Amino acid sequence: MIDRVKRNRYLILRRFVQVSVMGFLIGGNAYGWSVLRGDLSFSVLFSTVPLADPFAVLQMFFAGSKIAADLLVGSLLVLGFYGVVAGRSFCSWVCPVNIITDTANRIRRYFGSTLKNNVKIARSTRFWIVALALILSWVFSTAAFELISPVAVIQRGIVYGMGLGGTVALSIFLFDLVVVRNGFCGHICPLGGFYAIQARLSSIRIKHDHRACTLCLDCKPVCPESQVLKIIGKSSGFITRGECTNCGRCVDVCPEKALAFGIRQPFNYRRIR
Amino acid sequence: MATDYQLNRKQFLAKLVQGAGLATVGGVAWSSLLSELKAAPLVLRPPGALEEERFQQQCIKCGLCVSSCPYDTLILAAPGDHNPLGMPYLIPRETPCYLCEDIPCVAACPSGALDETRVQKKENGDGARTWDVSKTRIGVAVIDEENCIATWGIQCDACYRACPYLDRAITLEYSRNDRTGKHAFRLPKIHNDICTGCGLCEHACVTEKAAVYILPRDVALGKVGAGYIKGWDRRDENRLRQVSPDLPEKEGRGKQPAIDYLNDELLLND
Repeated sequence: MIDRVKRNRYLILRRFVQVSVMGFLIGGNAYGWSVLRGDLSFSVLFSTVPLADPFAVLQMFFAGSKIAADLLVGSLLVLGFYGVVAGRSFCSWVCPVNIITDTANRIRRYFGSTLKNNVKIARSTRFWIVALALILSWVFSTAAFELISPVAVIQRGIVYGMGLGGTVALSIFLFDLVVVRNGFCGHICPLGGFYAIQARLSSIRIKHDHRACTLCLDCKPVCPESQVLKIIGKSSGFITRGECTNCGRCVDVCPEKALAFGIRQPFNYRRIR
Repeated sequence: MATDYQLNRKQFLAKLVQGAGLATVGGVAWSSLLSELKAAPLVLRPPGALEEERFQQQCIKCGLCVSSCPYDTLILAAPGDHNPLGMPYLIPRETPCYLCEDIPCVAACPSGALDETRVQKKENGDGARTWDVSKTRIGVAVIDEENCIATWGIQCDACYRACPYLDRAITLEYSRNDRTGKHAFRLPKIHNDICTGCGLCEHACVTEKAAVYILPRDVALGKVGAGYIKGWDRRDENRLRQVSPDLPEKEGRGKQPAIDYLNDELLLND
């Protein structure tokens, strides 16, 4: 039992953080708790610190909105935290959609290669969607992705009531299960794309020691962005690509402890060791 | 051997066309979805809301207005509500706006989509701004006279009594009931310069489907324009200032004297 917890420690920690964040938001709405009020688009921490979704605020800027001070400060705080410290951690440590897509991927692994990718989508699609979101925000004078975002529907649904939002969650689950492996979070979602762009300079990174690696490659199938693990078994250093969500699943499953969380000097992304 | 990123001209052109094609397909599909999702001509927004177009530009969809509403009046649009997703609205027939003195929904709004200045007034003394909930303009009440039972001669003043601006936003007009010959009609009349659109009248209306209901002001109200001015009202004359002096006339003033214009030649020849 203890051993099992140890082998899943980051997974358990992540689920704990995800559930607590949504729990505090639910408490803030339903019971007036003051820890975290609002939702993942904008919230207020301890009734003082504003936190805003920087991608939403960027879209609003393109839409011609007058960005209020709270939104500007909130988005810079969040962007600063992820950009300098935590990378793309939002996707695997906060976003509730991650639980859905992780589950789909887990079931996929159970079925192994019998579940084929029926459709191929480029990993870079999300970056084009980021660009399209900003253009359409400008054309339609409203935050274009926020109006259709499945992430927003699900996270808001958890806090304020789902409506028919459950169908959106189910669609994402089935898309990841039967259409494209890691399809939504790893290919489509422009919020993840946005965080991947800003994560390239962040300091918390997965660190690989290739001398300890036995090339068992247990880390690859569990990784939702397995293209970031190119250096496995080849060279030591940090996983530098922004798509890495710092989920730590590779660290959990590595039997040789060849992977661990490390801290890179901020802004020094060329330095490997 | 060509590596991944070395393409010959044909491949480059093919990639370019494919990329542009995909972006167009995605863009068109997304655009049509957006224009459908944005359309909400009858939606009623919380107090202090900007005009619909600007409101949708400004709202970040955090729901803080909804969670600060003590009466659970405000609803955050979820899929299936047929309103722009994540933005607050209200259904007065179910829960009206009770016009809190301190307007917590507007105070909670971080984005300026609910604009404080629209529901505040300046104090005369020090110029400090204080809440003035009577400036709220959620919409305006409209009466369906055919289905208002007061117009049948039945005594009902539910809306009149429910109104927070009693005898100001809704007044009762007395007139003789000729059908019975000895009773009076007491007919509700909306005064849309006072009406906040809070919907307490719609909530209170006793008919099966409310005969008084709130519509967005830009849907329900007409606009006179500067062609007609109340000459007996000083304030109304101010509207003339907004008229640009070189207002284009639809047709130039005729050169003929009026008598010739009215007496058409052909008509006289008949």
